[in-house]
Amino acid sequence: MAGLRAWLLQRLSAMYMGIYLLFFIFYLLIDTPRNYTEWRGMIATPWVALSMMLFFVSLLIHAWVGIRDVIIDYVHNPALRLFKLSMTGLALMVCGLWVLDILLAVMK
Amino acid sequence: MKHNDKRPVFLSLAKIHLPVTAVLSLAHRGTGLALFFLLPVAIYLLDLSLQSQQGFSQVRQLMFQPVGLSIMIIIAWFFAHHFFAGIRYLLIDVDIGVDAKASRHSAWLVIASGIVAVLLVALMLR
Repeated sequence: MAGLRAWLLQRLSAMYMGIYLLFFIFYLLIDTPRNYTEWRGMIATPWVALSMMLFFVSLLIHAWVGIRDVIIDYVHNPALRLFKLSMTGLALMVCGLWVLDILLAVMK
Repeated sequence: MKHNDKRPVFLSLAKIHLPVTAVLSLAHRGTGLALFFLLPVAIYLLDLSLQSQQGFSQVRQLMFQPVGLSIMIIIAWFFAHHFFAGIRYLLIDVDIGVDAKASRHSAWLVIASGIVAVLLVALMLR
């Protein structure tokens, strides 16, 4: 992922996350979960879980493009750059699978 | 071109002034990087809060004791700053506020909005 596509994906993901968070915070404010059962019930609602998963997917894409830009700007040694890029990608993928696992467990 | 050896060299940190737009750009990177490193912590807390009744209470306790609350407020500030600066960049992408004066004004507006937002968060979590 590079060039115009990365640039566009970074902005589209930013817009989704911004809108999602405004809605999510608003929802939390008007219907605040007071205990564990209510909190779990809220997250387990299909559209809440789905929009949250989409949020994290956007976050991974967004973070990948951002961190990649920073690494390319400041890490000039090719081997070190490749290492840092791989570690970032790996960490982000693990985060994504972790969230997927959490949300699937809640929905079960 | 005549070379003037007596030209001032402004490499003194006390004399160099980054324009506010440059500070904002750096802060956008800095906060983005910080939020990236905090991501696993956030996911861990989400996981814990959804695992069990005890986990939920643990997260709530962690978040609402003074140290946890202070850290949350700082993170909220990082986020608010990244959020508003991001909106500014999206607007600049579509040619709104590109010239020097407008971009300087909007940079200050972003800084102010971040502070106002974090004060609101602090008031709500209090």
